[in-house]
Amino acid sequence: MTLIAVDHVTYGYSHKPVLRNISVSFAPGEIVSLLGPNGSGKTTLLKLLLGLYRPQSGQVLLEGREVFSIPPKQLARRIAYVPQMHRLSFGYRVLDVVLMGRMPHKPFFFRYGEMDHQAALGALERLSIAHLKDRPYTEVSGGERQLILIARALVQGADIFIMDEPVNGLDYGNQIRLLSRIADLAQSGYTFIKTTHFPDHALWIADRVVMIKDGRIIADGRTAEVVNKTNLYRLYNTHVDVLGLNGGGRICVPDALRRFGGRVGMRESRTNGGIHKLAQASG
Amino acid sequence: MKGPMIISIMLTVLGMTALISLCLGRYPVTLGDLAGFAGLQISDGAAMDDRQYHILKNILIDIRMPRIAAAILIGAALSVSGVVFQSMFINPLVSPGILGVLAGASFGAALGMILAKNWLVVQLGAFSFGLIAVFAAVAMSALGRVDRLLMLILGGIISGALFTSLLSVVKYLADPYEQLPAIVYWLMGGLSAVDGNTVLAASGPIITGILVLLFLSGYLNALSMGDEEARSLGLNVNFLRFLFILMATVISALTVVMGGIIGWVGLLIPHIARMIVGPDNRILLPASALIGATYMLIADDIARLLFSVEIPIGILTSLVGIPFFAFVLRKAKKGWN
Repeated sequence: MTLIAVDHVTYGYSHKPVLRNISVSFAPGEIVSLLGPNGSGKTTLLKLLLGLYRPQSGQVLLEGREVFSIPPKQLARRIAYVPQMHRLSFGYRVLDVVLMGRMPHKPFFFRYGEMDHQAALGALERLSIAHLKDRPYTEVSGGERQLILIARALVQGADIFIMDEPVNGLDYGNQIRLLSRIADLAQSGYTFIKTTHFPDHALWIADRVVMIKDGRIIADGRTAEVVNKTNLYRLYNTHVDVLGLNGGGRICVPDALRRFGGRVGMRESRTNGGIHKLAQASG
Repeated sequence: MKGPMIISIMLTVLGMTALISLCLGRYPVTLGDLAGFAGLQISDGAAMDDRQYHILKNILIDIRMPRIAAAILIGAALSVSGVVFQSMFINPLVSPGILGVLAGASFGAALGMILAKNWLVVQLGAFSFGLIAVFAAVAMSALGRVDRLLMLILGGIISGALFTSLLSVVKYLADPYEQLPAIVYWLMGGLSAVDGNTVLAASGPIITGILVLLFLSGYLNALSMGDEEARSLGLNVNFLRFLFILMATVISALTVVMGGIIGWVGLLIPHIARMIVGPDNRILLPASALIGATYMLIADDIARLLFSVEIPIGILTSLVGIPFFAFVLRKAKKGWN
């Protein structure tokens, strides 16, 4: 079943198209990672999905309706944007930031009522960050800020979440916590379309990977099938092994760095496949 | 403290300041006189002789009330448009003049002064050229293809510079014995020339403009997150921005019509308000309006009482505003970084 479809879309200036004749579609409840080098056009694709840009040719369809022509309020109730590094402006209270998600449900002149506050608090509780509600959102950690913006997207009532490098700038623990939140939400039917710079993250939670290079899709399919040595080389121009772990799961190991990282273990790995051994030893 | 509570305290302070301002002046009026006079307006029976009644009527109704109303309207309008522009441009250092409205209005008023002896022409000139300058800034911003907000600021700088130059041309052409001093004094800002009819005419649009901005203040929070995010929250960004710029420009231009150029209020007051109530525009806007009105009233009281000759209020607000702003910058933490 197709929820949102990009149909032969070209976008950019005539002499330098950012996206060239791209077609891709997304199904409900999917987590899709967009992989690609800087400048490949993945962020542009997100903005087309959000209806922020109008395609030069082709169309972006949300359940058959052209996204760009859907009134912003209506669209906001379906598709939410969780931006990457927020340009931090004024230190609004966290609760007030989440309340903004109620705007697509309000008339032109509006005041937030009891119901709106309940919805905002509910979303914060769902993500276990209700304790932050009175803090200025400029003063919470990067991981918490992403969760706050996800809470706002939930309040919006959207079922499609568009995320631009959600883990960017987060420490390792927060990356993992954020990704597991996303995986939880996808379980309950939300669709996530996100860009990432880390193929490993795609391996951790994405059902599907779409690889974009120079404005074209070079691979699109189940994560396990698409994230492989050949495709990663085509995408990033560097040799990366994708190794299966004994306990299940996969991991990316860049060739160029092998001789530096964990010298002893890696040297062993050359001789007798020690990576598997190491992975086993560590759990 | 809750928002409505803070607002009602500020409203009380403003009301008391207005009452005291009504009593202050060369001709002293006590609160008792004021009560007696107010009583006479309602019923005839109170004891006050005819002569004193007429003096009071003249001083209170014809002289002090219009001036107090003008100070309140100007202070509120400049502060509110300051907040609007600061939130919209995601920059706490922006003032109501950012899009050139003050430069345009100055030019328009000066042009009116050398073209006609009629005060109405001066006022119309100030208002219309204030709007024209902002329109020019917005039109120029549409030429660029990059960041819309940045283009608006650049457009405002260009438009402001253009009308400042044109103002110089007008000053140069003006008769140096009568017109030039008039222009210079007018540009210093002052409420001594305010008359009841002007205030009455300007109050309608100013109050409407401020109310519309208050009702729309919730959108400012989202707009200050950036265009793309605001749009993804379901806002019609272009329309809202047009509305905010239009309202803020109209009310700032009208302050110039009433009192000339009164600097620093629109920059300083939003900061003070933000330190008190925080950055949420839904409460920041009304708080700024009330603080700005009170500030303006006090400044005008000082301007007319401090020396035997009245000081132009624009000079006063700048002289007070600049050191105070430096102090605010040092203290400012809450609300923006």
